[in-house]
This record gives sequence, structure tokens and C-alpha cells, in this order.
Amino acid sequence: MSVESISAAETKRASERLRKYLPGILSHAALIVVWYLFVTYGHIPSFVMPSPVATVATLGGKNYDWIGNALVTASEIFSGYLLAVVVGVILAIAFSWSRTTESAVMPLLVSLNMIPKVALGPLFIVWFSYGIFPNAIIAFSISFFPILLNTARGFREVEPELLELVRSLKSSKWQTFTKIQLPSAFPYIFSGMKIGAILAVAGALVGEFLGSSRGLGYLMLQVQVTLDTAALFMAVILITFIGVVLYGLVIGLERLMIVRDARIQ
Amino acid sequence: MSRAVTEPFIHVRALRKTYRKGDRQFLAISDATFDVAAGELVALVGPSGCGKTTLLKILAGLQGYDSGEARIGSASHPFDPSRDVGMVFQQALLLKWRRILQNVLLPAEILGLPMAESRARARELLAMVGLSGSEDKYPYELSGGMQQRAAIARALIHDPKLILMDEPFGALDALTREKMNLELLNIWKKSGKTIVFVTHGIAEAVFLGTRVVVLTAGPARMADNIKIDLPEPRVLDVKTTEAFGEYSRRIYHLLGLG
Repeated sequence: MSVESISAAETKRASERLRKYLPGILSHAALIVVWYLFVTYGHIPSFVMPSPVATVATLGGKNYDWIGNALVTASEIFSGYLLAVVVGVILAIAFSWSRTTESAVMPLLVSLNMIPKVALGPLFIVWFSYGIFPNAIIAFSISFFPILLNTARGFREVEPELLELVRSLKSSKWQTFTKIQLPSAFPYIFSGMKIGAILAVAGALVGEFLGSSRGLGYLMLQVQVTLDTAALFMAVILITFIGVVLYGLVIGLERLMIVRDARIQ
Repeated sequence: MSRAVTEPFIHVRALRKTYRKGDRQFLAISDATFDVAAGELVALVGPSGCGKTTLLKILAGLQGYDSGEARIGSASHPFDPSRDVGMVFQQALLLKWRRILQNVLLPAEILGLPMAESRARARELLAMVGLSGSEDKYPYELSGGMQQRAAIARALIHDPKLILMDEPFGALDALTREKMNLELLNIWKKSGKTIVFVTHGIAEAVFLGTRVVVLTAGPARMADNIKIDLPEPRVLDVKTTEAFGEYSRRIYHLLGLG
């Protein structure tokens, strides 16, 4: 194969990729254009809906401390989420090793999960005061359960005949776990992690609304008072961006670790 | 000395196994009595619920039994229950996250066999089952028949003396199934293994087996143990012979179908 034909193949692949993603990119751009036209020609007051230009312009405002606030919110989301992944997966593993533990602890967790996590917010603030920690805990409490449930399901749904196959070779419990059960559960772990990632963002934000002195949620309450709608919009965009980054990291990790066929769509 | 030679490799006598489900007791196997010489290919045939899978699991050491005898191994063919069983199921049950070669190596890893040798052996086995060139593919890239060949290679990797197959070709289409039957005979000839093959295909049982053990359901019991005397090597033409038809008819009758 000559150099030209390789680069030709690459160009072809790039153009195929572009064709695949182009409609999506265009629809995003169209939304911004419609937004701009609507605000500009519809004579919408800027405190009701700022234009995209005004929204982006708030990034230059000195009073907002976007970076600082975004970092606070991001650290709440990421730390709460990470804790949820670790605790959720470890508990699911414990359940798979001991049915007794599962039958004792699972019903309790189901009951606890019935509590609207938002209702715990004021309580966490009493216990842990304002700050990153209580908000991370709310993010944790809301994203933990789907991760646990999905992972536990992954351990349960291992083909029984596959277990018989390794049992006929007298495999140790550890071998069965590392070679069969854990890798079988991976797609389910990721499925739970994807749900949890979205919930963690909501959890941290709720925490900031309920009581905090920093973070994008806190900032939103401040600018709301002065009807600074452009800053509200910008805060929403930044929060969404943090969520997208987290979700993207999870998907990227999934692509790296899970063979295509085994992924749960 | 001559006794040791004739001593069976598998010896099953008056085997009985019941299940308890709530208050009720179910009879899975009763009166199963048959011997298998080393190197035989025995087909266990019968309808669903006749206990053939249970019997296979007892031979695999995965289940106990209530009474009777089920002994594997003889003086000339000693049997180590942890290393000498290879299993093939109706589903190929390959690990989706492993490439084919790695899938074949699974039993070798579990048994802690030397990896370099096992890898070479895995390649040989994959060549034997016609999967050369697929070593680095993932299971989803192979057809059902090819996946089942990989599963057979996996069952052979640790060089077990006994291969237990539970309707291994039951999920394949009819033509692939015929082809796999011929290949199984080929693999059996080359490897010299003792094979116990569960099926509910009567023609399949007669075509493959040196012996067919017929099991019936409701009540579960062993109906017969038939030595199949058909010319070797078996080719598809055997199926059109009178003797083949006679054996098949006899089994149909035993199963209450004729």
C-alpha cells in the first residue's frame, strides 16, 4: 500500500466520521441560533432570557468566580460519585460472597433508598455543617444505589453452566471470582455507573441549593436575587458541562475495558 | 492382568438420584446401570426430564446421588476428578471478554498448567477443530458452530480423559449439526478420549455412539443399554443402512414413540 492510498483511506475515514456526527453538531448549533434569533427579534427582556452572547459575556464578570465555584461543585460531584462507585461495588461483591449478608442488608437498603435523598439535605447540614463534604454525601447517597443494584445483578446473572464448568475443574473461590464473576459483572457495573453519574450531579447541586457558601448552586441563588439571568444560564451550562465530562470519562473507561459485544446498551 | 484390561473406565450400577422440591420428591434417575470402556463414545438419549443431564453432572462430580455406584477410572486408566473432566454444553459459554485463544486456555489457567506449553497446545487444538486464524478473535466474531468448536478445544486443553457433552449441537442448525457430528467423530478418533454425549436426537445418538444408553422419563429410569455395531469409521452413508434403521427403531420403541 502506497503512502497516498493510506492517507486517502484516512481521509475517507475522517469524512465518514464527519458524516456520522455532523447532524448532531448541526442540531446543537441550530438550537443556539434559534435561541439567539428568538431573544433578539422577539424582544424578550434579558432578565427573562438573555441572548447567547450575553450569557457567554458573563464569563468575564469578576464577581462570579466561575472557576472557583465550578471547582467546588465538581469536587463535590466527583468525590461523592467516586465514593458511591467504591462502596456500591464492594457491597455488591460482599453480597455475591454471602447470600446471608445480602438477604439481611439488601431489604434495609431498599427501605433506606425509599427516603427522598433531598429530604436528608437539611439533616446532613446539621451534622456536617456547610461545605463540600455534606454536598458530596448527598451526591453519594443519591448515586450509590443504582450502582449497587446493577453490580449485584451482574454478579447474579453469571451463566450457571459457566460456574459448573469451572467447578468441574475444582477452581478456587478466588479464581471463579477473578476469572468469571467479576469480568461478567463489569458491563453491569458500568451500566450502574452511567446512571449514577447523572444522579451525582443532581445530588451535589441540591446540596448547594439547601445550604452552602460556595459552588455553582450557591452562585445561582445569589444571582437569582438580582435577576442576573445571564449568569443563571451560564451556571446551568457549566454544571451540565461538568456532568458531561464525568459521563464522558465513564463511557471512555467502558470502551477501554469492555469488549463491544459485552456492553449493555 | 486380563481383568485389568477389561475393567470398565466408567462403572455405573443401580444409580438413584432424587430431588426435593418443597414437600414433593422427584425421581431424577433410577436403575441406571451401564459400563463404559476407555475410549468409547457413549450417547445418553432420552426425552426432557429423563435425568440425562443429571447423570452427566454426577459423572462430572458436580452432584451427589442417593444410592448405587458411579465410579470413574480403572487401574489402567486412573482418573483424577479435578483434571480429567472436560465439559461442553449446549451453549458455547465462551467468555465474551476473552479472545478465542484465551478462552481455550481457561481450564489450563485454573489448573495452573505451564502456560507456554498450554498456549502451543491451544493453537494445535484450534487447528484441529478448524479454527486456525481465529485465535485473536472475540467470540462474537464467530458463528455459533465455530464458537462450539472453540468450546470443544477448551474442553480438550488440559488433556482430560473424559469429555462430557450436554447436547453440544442442540443449538445449531441441522446442516451445521451434521457437520459437527462428523468432526466430533474425527476429534474422538484423533484424541482417543472417552466421551459421554447427551442428546435427544435418536439418529444422532446411533450415528455417534459406540453405545447408546436409553433413558425414559415419568418414571425416570434406564430403559436399555445398546451396543451399536456399525462399520467404522462412521460416514453419513451409515444412516441409510438397514442396521442403522433397526437401531433407531428399537430406540423409538423404547421411548414409546413407535
